[in-house]
Amino acid sequence: MNKKKVSNLKVFTNGFLKENPVLRLVLGTCPTLAVTTVLFNGIGMGIAATFVLICSNVVISALRKVIPSQVRLPCFIVVIASFVTLVQMLIKAYVPALNESLGVFLPLITVNCIILGRAEMFASKNTVGASALDGLGMGLGFTIVITLMSFVRELLGSGTLTLMPGNDALTFQILPEAVAPMSILALPPGGFFVFGVFMAIAYFIERRRGKDPEKEACAGCPSAAGCAAKGACETNGA
Amino acid sequence: MALKLAFIFFSMILVNNYVLVKFLGICPFLGVSGKLNSAVGMSAAVIFVMVLASAVTWPVYTYFLVPNGLEYLNNIGFILIIAVLVQLVEIVLRKFIPPLYKSLGIYLPLITTNCAVLAVTILNIETPSLVDPTAPYYTFPEALLCAAGAGVGFGVAMVLFSGVRRTLDKAQSQVGKSFAGLPLTLVAASITSLSFMGFGGLLENLFGISA
Repeated sequence: MNKKKVSNLKVFTNGFLKENPVLRLVLGTCPTLAVTTVLFNGIGMGIAATFVLICSNVVISALRKVIPSQVRLPCFIVVIASFVTLVQMLIKAYVPALNESLGVFLPLITVNCIILGRAEMFASKNTVGASALDGLGMGLGFTIVITLMSFVRELLGSGTLTLMPGNDALTFQILPEAVAPMSILALPPGGFFVFGVFMAIAYFIERRRGKDPEKEACAGCPSAAGCAAKGACETNGA
Repeated sequence: MALKLAFIFFSMILVNNYVLVKFLGICPFLGVSGKLNSAVGMSAAVIFVMVLASAVTWPVYTYFLVPNGLEYLNNIGFILIIAVLVQLVEIVLRKFIPPLYKSLGIYLPLITTNCAVLAVTILNIETPSLVDPTAPYYTFPEALLCAAGAGVGFGVAMVLFSGVRRTLDKAQSQVGKSFAGLPLTLVAASITSLSFMGFGGLLENLFGISA
């Protein structure tokens, strides 16, 4: 019993740093780069993706013995797309501002590799409880990184922090007006740059903890199993 | 009308470049851009699938989902259509054009989960039409050209960046250990993206169209 608890905790915390989906597995890069211009977007995207991740992990894990392995990817995608549609409707109804600012990236949670990747690598092989924990851990790992990135990009790029657009009480001017913000950080080039720096920091921390971040090319890719291009991707290869 | 269509096509390549400006399809951009050959192969496969997917999803949405009040199913429907199309193309290529399958086929499984393909099909039915002001979204020719432009733009970014990476590989050993590898690649992507910022406003003036 005790042993099981430890392993559950490990499943949960794996997503924070050791197997952080964004910084270590390099999954879900598109939303990480695109929506992190405003703090509000980062938090909203993180929560929406975490919700879809937990739900789809639970359902896929519950169905793992029913789904034939040849058609598992289409099945996973349908489950994920259904939950994304659900989230999309909820957000449209209750937080229309988030729907506005996330734009096409809200429906694109469907093809967020983190979710399909966890379905393929974890949920289809583990129990419902463990999959839910894994979903929560990975989702939080994603949310933390995306929130931190939008914090840095908005603070330095616009000088503000926005918790709710259009609401003055929840929009804070942090840098004094006299300081010109580095607006390049809020533009697309800044996204790549801040992401690169974050990833370097994650490598640095891992190395300080005495672990050499292994070079993994296809490890995080959901298509790896059926992929004939093995080796053509050199995500981490120097 | 031809002018407006050309405007859409070129703006997808230069101003609204999917990879460098809109951040769509970053995974293959970082993963497959290491060698020029694979960059070209992947881009060709993406252009092909994007145009094909748009040619199928637009009529399905317009003539089936909208009349039946099922617009909310677009997400599930489109991703299924893309998954099926990719499988179909793979089978057809393997059976009938083996040489093409050898060069493009290996990239096809990676395309189903490429967000750029799903994004172009969704944006086609969300972007207001330039040609026909009464249409609720892009007309069919606009959708096809938008898809082609997005694909070509993806290819341009891939090919340019594979060149950048060849030079970058020589620098990898000279930067700090934490920056070697992907972090340095991302910083280089940032500079490549910076160069595309220069195209802003170019097409509006060139074509005399305000989008």
